[in-house]
Amino acid sequence: MTRPIRIANGQGFWGDSLQAPIEQVRRGPIDYLGLDYLAEVTMSIMQKQRSRDPRSGYARDFVPMIEEVLPDLVEHNIKVVANAGGVNPEACRDAVIEVARRKGFAGKIKVGIVAGDDVMDRLDDFIARGIELKNLDTGEPLSSVRSRVQSANIYFGGRPVAECLGKGGQIVIAGRVTDTGLTLGPMIHEFGWADDDWNKLAAGTIAGHTVECGAQCTGGNCMIDWETISNGADIGYPVIEANPDGTFVITKHEGTGGRITVAGIKEQLLYEMGDPREYITPDCVADFTSIQLEQAGTDRVRFSGITGFPATEFYKVSVSYSAGWKAVGSLVYAWPDAFKKAQAADRIVRERLERLGLKYDEVLTEFVGANACHGALAGPPPSDIAEVVFRIGVRSEDKGAVERFTREVAPLALNGPPTVTGFGAGRPKTEEIVAYWPALIPKTEVQPRISVIEA
Amino acid sequence: MARVKLIEIAHARSGDKGDTSNVGIIAYKPEYYPIMVEQVTAARVKDHFKGICFGGVERFEIPNLHALNFLLHKSLDGGGTISLRTDAQGKTYSTAMLRMEIEVDDSLAREIRGSKSE
Repeated sequence: MTRPIRIANGQGFWGDSLQAPIEQVRRGPIDYLGLDYLAEVTMSIMQKQRSRDPRSGYARDFVPMIEEVLPDLVEHNIKVVANAGGVNPEACRDAVIEVARRKGFAGKIKVGIVAGDDVMDRLDDFIARGIELKNLDTGEPLSSVRSRVQSANIYFGGRPVAECLGKGGQIVIAGRVTDTGLTLGPMIHEFGWADDDWNKLAAGTIAGHTVECGAQCTGGNCMIDWETISNGADIGYPVIEANPDGTFVITKHEGTGGRITVAGIKEQLLYEMGDPREYITPDCVADFTSIQLEQAGTDRVRFSGITGFPATEFYKVSVSYSAGWKAVGSLVYAWPDAFKKAQAADRIVRERLERLGLKYDEVLTEFVGANACHGALAGPPPSDIAEVVFRIGVRSEDKGAVERFTREVAPLALNGPPTVTGFGAGRPKTEEIVAYWPALIPKTEVQPRISVIEA
Repeated sequence: MARVKLIEIAHARSGDKGDTSNVGIIAYKPEYYPIMVEQVTAARVKDHFKGICFGGVERFEIPNLHALNFLLHKSLDGGGTISLRTDAQGKTYSTAMLRMEIEVDDSLAREIRGSKSE
């Protein structure tokens, strides 16, 4: 290796900027484009889509994005690693291959998949053999919600991604591969890091953690000196310059907006952090207390000194299950006495629900503008506050009770406290709650399924 | 001694894991880190977030980043899709934490005020 490998992130979640992946490919040199599309809830949505249409169940945005950048990928030999496959990586691959052929790239690009993470149809077998898939938070066995399960996926790490790249995949479409695995995989592939080279695997994992939320490490959602972060409309997404020894630099393409500083990077390192000495992934356990950061030029932060520990013998499993119903409604009250009016509205709605004999697992009221984010810590709102949003939500196993609640907010426009507005969207929507059940499973129980085919 | 808000000496970011919120606070200067270690204890954070956090609070030290990480269990109304809260992921608990008052000596209080007027 004469130069570092440049790994760009162009998507922090499904719904992130459509433009970012394209800019990452076109506005500067990169070797890899990593795209994170999956969140816990996403899997259950995709599982439902696939049950209606066997050719769906993946991140659809991915295909037109690939269509747009295909000429760039081929010309500059840029590889793409994305967990866009959702619960149907094969269908996602087929759609990409169809696009590649239609665009005249037949024989010019190879598309691979990392599958095998979907264990939905093996759950009963696991349970029958005594693998209880106990909830990591509550300790309850999965059997207690088995009939309501909607999806079940293993989190694979960077190793199968590297294997797919090794088989020649230029576009690697994965199912539930961890966010960090999308970044670590290319490093394992390029640098040939061994299975037990824990320090380097930890370094690649921490690089992945840093960029997995896209622009959240380049000045987005950044608290420190936020007002002076320049050109937010054209914020640059992160690019990792990775070295074989495990050191790396986080930077972004020249001319883009945002800011990369040690202080900003620290914020992102702490995001969704648990025990900093035990950041557990399928590949290793990374120690965030070993990280040394250094400003290495404008919009460049260098990482070194990272250490790691052996991986555990388990994969994490993400199970989603139906857990009842909810609805949230809101109304806006204007000055004067906006807060008092909103409080009066709350008392009225609650009393009406009681008169109707409706029971809920929870009724939650917030006054947006006064206390929705910080609760009592916000202190009382100013007495002349211009407006307050009265926001009330309910949750129940009984769909009917939630449906009935959705009829009880809008009437306040005419029969409640005055100077009220904001009911334009009509009554609240009843939503199914799809909850998340984290569990562990021995690694010996599942194998990633990897294949590569040419367009 | 003078009382100042934690936001004068630290910045922060928060996120979620299920019904647990994580709040990381970072000292603006290395010399502020020991003040945080001494005063921003798990017990104080638990008390600070009363009415929000209904479980235990764990604290982790990250001296290389001059940062502390807190896990606030049972603080997101069930978390994820279960929660009815506007901030179901505790994204704004970062600055809720920074509302906490701490004690600093007078010279540091002057330094903080001085940097504000720059």
